[in-house]
Amino acid sequence: MSGLDKRVGSYEEALAGLTDDMTILSGGFGLCGIPENLIAEIRRRGTRGLTVVSNNCGVDGFGLGVLLEDRQIRKMIASYVGENALFEQQLLNGELEVELTPQGTLAERLRAGGAGIPAFFTATGYGTQVAEGKETRQIKGRHYILEEAITGDFAIVKGWKADHFGNVVYRHTAQNFNPIVATAGRITVVEVEEIVEPGELEPSQIHTPGIYVDRIIQGSFEKRIEKRTVRG
Amino acid sequence: MALTREQMAQRVARELKDGYYVNLGIGIPTLVANYVPEGMDVMLQSENGLLGMGAFPTEAELDADMINAGKQTVTARRGAAIFDSAQSFAMIRGGHVDLTVLGAFEVDVQGNIASWMIPGKLVKGMGGAMDLVAGADNIIVVMTHASKDGESKLLPFCSLPLTGAGCIRKVLTDLAWLEIEDGAFVLKERAPGVSVEEIVAKTAGKLIVPEHVPEMQFA
Repeated sequence: MSGLDKRVGSYEEALAGLTDDMTILSGGFGLCGIPENLIAEIRRRGTRGLTVVSNNCGVDGFGLGVLLEDRQIRKMIASYVGENALFEQQLLNGELEVELTPQGTLAERLRAGGAGIPAFFTATGYGTQVAEGKETRQIKGRHYILEEAITGDFAIVKGWKADHFGNVVYRHTAQNFNPIVATAGRITVVEVEEIVEPGELEPSQIHTPGIYVDRIIQGSFEKRIEKRTVRG
Repeated sequence: MALTREQMAQRVARELKDGYYVNLGIGIPTLVANYVPEGMDVMLQSENGLLGMGAFPTEAELDADMINAGKQTVTARRGAAIFDSAQSFAMIRGGHVDLTVLGAFEVDVQGNIASWMIPGKLVKGMGGAMDLVAGADNIIVVMTHASKDGESKLLPFCSLPLTGAGCIRKVLTDLAWLEIEDGAFVLKERAPGVSVEEIVAKTAGKLIVPEHVPEMQFA
């Protein structure tokens, strides 16, 4: 099964081939379900000029926020970039370009990218700044804008468990954008909490089938909580 | 007296129906969950991929992998489902959510809403707000009627960049319940002790005042 065994031995190997000016798709919502060790490896490699597609951009000092510190990101495509002072500063300085995309449109652009659909019409953003410069069409009396699919050179994904074949399951709401970006990377790298023996995952419960996955690595995770709220 | 945040949440909760799937935005809309009437069951949708949001966790239940769209730690209730973000927005965009409650900076008589960006201030992003207003049929906007300086937020035309065009029909402010019909706000109910004159004075957009405007009742 060597050809189908997606396991790699190191984070360096997991991101082999990543070079300057590439596009990286990252899973995660806020700090939940982010591929934190793969992000750390991108920082270690010092890759620059990156376009990063992710719902958010981490916080100062954690998540994708660390890639801002060494100015590795040239352009960010995201739906919400708050909670990040360095991001604001680089944006205002003109060092960083940002394309704000409605969250559902971002998810669907990635889904379309992975599914071989080049573009789609959506009512989201019609009549707003998001529609500027985009083709519009009226279908059955309602107005829509044309949104293009997104694909990337690398997709970086955080899963819960995976087997050697690259079948992945996610834990709770750490799922979020992860299974979607997994479909849209030319090279999809998944880091998980546990690599299990083939056959241990129930086939009907797989979230990301192994066909989408090129490399699997097991890591350990800090799982930082952004807004800790408990009831008394 | 203007409504308190809790009274605003209580008033919105009267629009709930048994069996509804509901998306609640950040702020006052979140409080609506505390006023679901006895004997009624509704399922709360959180757009990061959770249908069936439960209470905040206890210390023992706290789990970094279990958050809501406001990035707060939460629990999943009995009967909950968890899914990816594309699935989550398919529900929203596809019109499957029965009621969406969200805040705004401004609304206007055309049903336009501005809620995500103030020019000159740093733009943090629209998150899921544009998808929510485009996808839902039944939206309640919850906001204060006027700014702290007394400027009306119910306008002839929104002055700020739009979140959605022509998608709002119901607005609850701290002073009144209004519906948008044929290019005008229609005053449906007023807060206890708030005069029609005060609402008229604080509404910049065209306002239709019926002969009788009932006062909201709170226990």
